Amino acid sequence: MSAPIDTAGDADLLDQQVHAGSLVAASQWTLIWHKFSRHRLAMVALVVVVLIYLVAAFAEFLAPYDPGKFDPRYTFAPPQQIHLFLTDDEGTRFAPHVLGFKSQVDPKSFRRLFQPDPEKVIPIGFFVEGQPYKFWGIWEANRHFLGPVDKADPFFLIGGDRLGRDLLSRTIHGTRISMSIGLVGVTLSLIIGLILGGISGYRGGLIDRVIQRVIEFIRSVPTIPLWLGLAAAMPKDWPPLQIYFAILIILSLIGWTEIARVVRGRFLSLRREDFVIAARLDGVSEFRLIMRHMMPSLYSHIIAAITLAIPNMILAETALSFLGLGLQPPIVSWGVLLQDAQNLRAITQAPWLFVPGICVVVAVLALNFLGDGVRDAADPYAK
Amino acid sequence: MSDETILRVRDLSVDFPLQKSVVHAVKQVSFDLKRGETLCVVGESGSGKSVTARAILQLVAKPGAITGGQILLDTAAGEVDIVRLGSRGLAIREVRGRRIAMIFQEPMTSLSPVHTIGHQIIETILLHEKVSKEEARKRAADLLGRVRIPEPEKALDRYSFEFSGGMRQRAMIAMALSCNPEILIADEPTTALDVTTQAEILSLIRELQRDRGMAVLFITHDMGVVAQIADRVMVMFRGEKVEEAGVFDLFERPQQAYTRALLGSVLKLETPAPRPPRPATEKPIAKIEKLELHFPLNAGFMGRPTNYLKAIDGVSLTINQGETVGVVGESGSGKTTLGRTLLRVYDPTGGQVMYWPSNGEPVDIATLGRKGMKSLYGEVRMVFQDPHSSLNPRMTIYQTISEPLRTNTDMTERQMMDRVSELLSRVGLPPDIGDRYPHAFSGGQRQRISIARAVAVRPRLIIADEPTSALDVSLRHQVLDLMRDLQNEYRLSYLFISHDISVIRYFCDRVAVMKNGKIVEVGDVVQICERPQHAYTQSLIGAVPRPDPRLRADAPQ
Repeated sequence: MSAPIDTAGDADLLDQQVHAGSLVAASQWTLIWHKFSRHRLAMVALVVVVLIYLVAAFAEFLAPYDPGKFDPRYTFAPPQQIHLFLTDDEGTRFAPHVLGFKSQVDPKSFRRLFQPDPEKVIPIGFFVEGQPYKFWGIWEANRHFLGPVDKADPFFLIGGDRLGRDLLSRTIHGTRISMSIGLVGVTLSLIIGLILGGISGYRGGLIDRVIQRVIEFIRSVPTIPLWLGLAAAMPKDWPPLQIYFAILIILSLIGWTEIARVVRGRFLSLRREDFVIAARLDGVSEFRLIMRHMMPSLYSHIIAAITLAIPNMILAETALSFLGLGLQPPIVSWGVLLQDAQNLRAITQAPWLFVPGICVVVAVLALNFLGDGVRDAADPYAK
Repeated sequence: MSDETILRVRDLSVDFPLQKSVVHAVKQVSFDLKRGETLCVVGESGSGKSVTARAILQLVAKPGAITGGQILLDTAAGEVDIVRLGSRGLAIREVRGRRIAMIFQEPMTSLSPVHTIGHQIIETILLHEKVSKEEARKRAADLLGRVRIPEPEKALDRYSFEFSGGMRQRAMIAMALSCNPEILIADEPTTALDVTTQAEILSLIRELQRDRGMAVLFITHDMGVVAQIADRVMVMFRGEKVEEAGVFDLFERPQQAYTRALLGSVLKLETPAPRPPRPATEKPIAKIEKLELHFPLNAGFMGRPTNYLKAIDGVSLTINQGETVGVVGESGSGKTTLGRTLLRVYDPTGGQVMYWPSNGEPVDIATLGRKGMKSLYGEVRMVFQDPHSSLNPRMTIYQTISEPLRTNTDMTERQMMDRVSELLSRVGLPPDIGDRYPHAFSGGQRQRISIARAVAVRPRLIIADEPTSALDVSLRHQVLDLMRDLQNEYRLSYLFISHDISVIRYFCDRVAVMKNGKIVEVGDVVQICERPQHAYTQSLIGAVPRPDPRLRADAPQ
């Protein structure tokens, strides 16, 4: 019997919603995007995260100076205010500028005191020529997104640090290290977590129990002392880049447990799904069953787990570096920058040294909100 | 007339705004409910029957909202319009529970598992009436007695998970009745229950209603249930009221085309479909012998089980070539497990399953190795109960149907595409839908896709596990007829698992009745349905509500 198709016979409300319009051939990603885009906070977080990663990608170009450039004349220089209009003998006109400093040393405390000097007008502009740099270590360039027209002039948008280095430039460069440590570290944890969690969930039995006990053991060790111990064990004479990778490995050795648990849980529930049993009864090989039938329903959950794991990595790196056991200068990360904010003097005299801390908070919150949104949208077929 | 009418619904409309469109779930529905009568609202899924019921108590789930009409409840102080009361506040709470009570389909999710049954009933009583705790407890015990829960005093202190499904639904009814409501709304209260339990609950509702003069608004999709309990019937289709009539008029003189079609598809399942006579000498295709599947329970300290759950307990059954063998039983009887064990989804703990492949010697599936099983997956196939969960939502229709071809044949991509289009048109779907995902299809269409996937590799035996129970009644016989046609075309044998006697009677040659992992009776389908021998089979068949109101005990002659 070739019956006509029952178009709406038993379509429930949700069915009708999907029947409508262009979604009939929509893949899971289209559906996930549909659901995700309704999550307003997560959308805002997505924009913030993308911006942060753009900053990280174009750090050399966006930063007015090299992070290492110092000038003892400007130790703890306060933030300068940008003035858009200049009023002088010729009248008022549009000419963005900052004011230079009048500095004097306080005879009692030997502190250097800064005053904006209306006489010293420092014109600023976009795409100015400044210090030469190697973009991504490849291309020679000397254009900076924003900076003083004369590269010898001081330009401290959010202030200077102990050695008179520009904090803005250092924070921007720190973004690259901190955010990449999150991303690369999570990739490493993901690989370990996916393999061990997958085996654990799919095979079950003894191997599952062993892996689970290992995870429980790792998670029961207090993290900060463990990191401290591992970080302290690193030879002091390693080059900074090697330390960077060593820190990465230390962080992911603990970070994989969370992802392994998520993967195992999904595998356990997927194994009993009708469509997986159906595929098995199609005679599908085990490898194909996992890669083709089970993995696609994991992707979105994995993305959610990653987004939620990155902030942990960033926080861990910040904590380690803050304690002086993580990355070492001259590498600049948010945690390294926060080392300067460890003492009372910073709080009283140069509160702008906390700016990298604000960056950490914003980045971590944005990634968490984003992760929440992705997790909610991860299974577009759930009712 | 109006003094008898307790609830008047006028032009009720409920809308669900979606992202880009609005679903009109209920469109200008009007009806009256009189004191002491049972009004059945019947319709298929998506007809708006449940939404209508929920609207009466202002329980429409967000983002749905009542957009028009009146729901007039007759009270001592004149008529109150429930629509105006809003979904919150004292006024609507006075109506809910006290004037109008509701029971739901899923008794497990409607009862809290962390409070005792008694606690929940007493709380309801105390909430609505000023009585002492002792008195409330006495009333609660009384109510449990009324719904025929044995030892009501003790039952008060037990938790919902200690109760069976039927018991839970009784407790729900007791709770609903705790404040003497004048109207009881029952939203598919027996759909999740076995037929024998369903029969008990239906007679309980009927009896309570007669004793208390309560009006009952009964939502169901099952024409058999309607025939058993309704005084009047309202038929709904796609949010609209199609027809309203007395139960005898409706069944004997349906006025509207949709009602006739609905009744027609129900009645079609009441008689066996014509089938060719069986050959004189049967050749078996599969022979199950003393099959056992025991799950260890209470694994002790060293992992030594102290007890076993006997999911399949010594089942023997033969399936002949070209034959359809039904397996019927209530939930927990082991029928689904039996089907799955035949394909080694579960490994049996004892017994044999001999299978005669198309070429070669019979093999014992129960002990077959991995490689041997692999060669069988192309010959023995399975159709699952729920077409929503058995199709991978992340694979297109083409990918799903071509999967068995890919692993069991050496077809090229081109050949597979042709074969899939051919299969799709064979099962009554447009051949060009291969690139769509399952969510674009309704349940009936999905089940057709599942069937296409099962027959893609030209199997010899199909194990069909409740293939129609997730479908609306008007689709059931269509799917069954399709399976029948395919049987003739491919000379298929079926093992057809179902809890629904009418589907079995329509479709099968022989039937085995299962209970607690054992087969209690096997025989020709007509013989089992009309002259059951075993006491359990008799009660099972007797409990099935027949879609004929004249068979009711209280039917006028």
